[in-house]
Amino acid sequence: MTERALEAELTRIAAAFVDAGAEMVEPPVLLSARSLLDLYGEDIRGRAYTTRDPLAGELMLRPDFTVPVAQMHLDMGREVGRYAYSGKVFRTQETGATRPSEYVQVGFEVFGDHARHLADAEVFSLFSSVLEPMRLRAATGDIGVLMAAVLGLSTTDTRKAALMRHIWRPYRFRELLDRFGGRSPIPTARAELVEHARRIERTPETGPVIGLRTIDEIEARVQTLVDDAEAPPIPSNEVSLIEEIVNLREMAPVALSRLRRIAESLPGTAPAVERFAIRLDTLEANGVDTSALSFEGSYGRTTMEYYDGFVFGFYSDARPDLPPVATGGRYDALTRALGGDGAAPAIGGVVRPALMMELS
Amino acid sequence: MTLKLGVPSKGRLKDGTFQWFGERGVTLSLAGTYREYSGSVKGVPGVELVLMSAGEIPRELQGGRIHLGVTGSDLVRESLLHWRTETEEVAQLGFGHAELVVAVPRCWIDVDTLDDLDDVASAFRQVHGRRLRIATKYHRLVREFLKENGVADYLLVDSQGATEGTVRNQTAEAIADLVSTGETLQANGLKILSNGVIHRSQATLFQSRQAGWGTSEMAILKDLRTRLGS
Repeated sequence: MTERALEAELTRIAAAFVDAGAEMVEPPVLLSARSLLDLYGEDIRGRAYTTRDPLAGELMLRPDFTVPVAQMHLDMGREVGRYAYSGKVFRTQETGATRPSEYVQVGFEVFGDHARHLADAEVFSLFSSVLEPMRLRAATGDIGVLMAAVLGLSTTDTRKAALMRHIWRPYRFRELLDRFGGRSPIPTARAELVEHARRIERTPETGPVIGLRTIDEIEARVQTLVDDAEAPPIPSNEVSLIEEIVNLREMAPVALSRLRRIAESLPGTAPAVERFAIRLDTLEANGVDTSALSFEGSYGRTTMEYYDGFVFGFYSDARPDLPPVATGGRYDALTRALGGDGAAPAIGGVVRPALMMELS
Repeated sequence: MTLKLGVPSKGRLKDGTFQWFGERGVTLSLAGTYREYSGSVKGVPGVELVLMSAGEIPRELQGGRIHLGVTGSDLVRESLLHWRTETEEVAQLGFGHAELVVAVPRCWIDVDTLDDLDDVASAFRQVHGRRLRIATKYHRLVREFLKENGVADYLLVDSQGATEGTVRNQTAEAIADLVSTGETLQANGLKILSNGVIHRSQATLFQSRQAGWGTSEMAILKDLRTRLGS
């Protein structure tokens, strides 16, 4: 791969994004560690490079563009905006990984477009056309369907909130689902505490009260545990339906009919499933062959924590060892997490041109 | 050629190591005064003693500047991302036992497991508007452990000493630290989570896979291992 060929590819893709109405932006490379930590938690330290500034404190080399671009958009106080960018991101690599820790991304982000199905289909088609000559396989998903299913469960709000919080940590989600579904026992110490709390009014003194967490907070949680122990388990058929969504891997039309059947038993899921249906129609109208589009119920759950709707990625079947050439998705909740007025529609994605060169 | 053996230069780790080797007929001794950081090895020819800080031994093993080194297994795992491929355990020396644990205030009667800690971290963030802080100096081991166990909404804050006091001083809500007897935890009103043991550490003799291992070095190592019975 020559530098010049890569430059040409960057220019070509960025031009396609600008043609789609985006303005080119150049977000900073050094980001405040505080805002990234606020957003992702400590896990980000395992992925991003941290550095220090004597005045600004802890900084991170940008691990992605989405957050700084969303921040720029919010800072400009605009309702709507379309942005494109091209530049390096920096990620520490896992043990044994041989992928580079700095690489170029070219991306496109759309904010404030309330016709979500249109924006979803437009962004997907745009990436599809940019990658056209590559003959890649597209994988899609919709985290909104799983979220709607969780919110539609017949159980307590506390349990729903706990499951929602771990949507992006599949292992922990599974553990909680088993617990709330009565499939795994309540830990002994918790059972004993609940038993004790039921019998007497106040909880026992076990040590000096130290730290910022107050006795009130402790007692409130004991009460939550007591309430939870009294709540009936999530009905087993509902647990099975959640599992069916999580494990779903089909071509889009088959996935749709299976999700529609699930929505009959879990009606809360229906609006999200119908949004998926409308998106498929729109994609079809844009010339995408949806019968050859794969859909995975868990797609995008292990990547970055902000995707909350339509998600997609483009892969090379010839080189399954390589990461996806392009990824993207909807992240409506991010702008609120960054301090915006409310959840504003947002969708975007990135291409990794070096991978395109490696494949061609 | 000689085989370089890195040994902690002071404290309990040094004394224990000298004793452990001595019991196996390999005498480590300091040259000249006790303040001088050079020494010798008797009992196995070709081994050179290098005294250094226990905290630097992992890095020296990684760089292959010493062939063998004695230090706490916690230090090797914390400082070397690839400890599995870069080093090999030759022998566990059976002293310097300590556990790296996650501990919370004893007054948190509602918290016994990591699962509880995660739940509390979520509630804490809602009430206090910021993440629950865990004080530690073992950033990497703690972060990996908490990630594996699905704990979210916490923040690690650096504490290089007197970590057990951070909760009382309100600079952290919980801690992750090395504990040997548990008395310091008890005295500071803390308890260990029932599934909160991250690593059981002890003084360990490590072999560097990065160092130059020619036939003569291998022969010396074989000799030494026979002596040490490991």
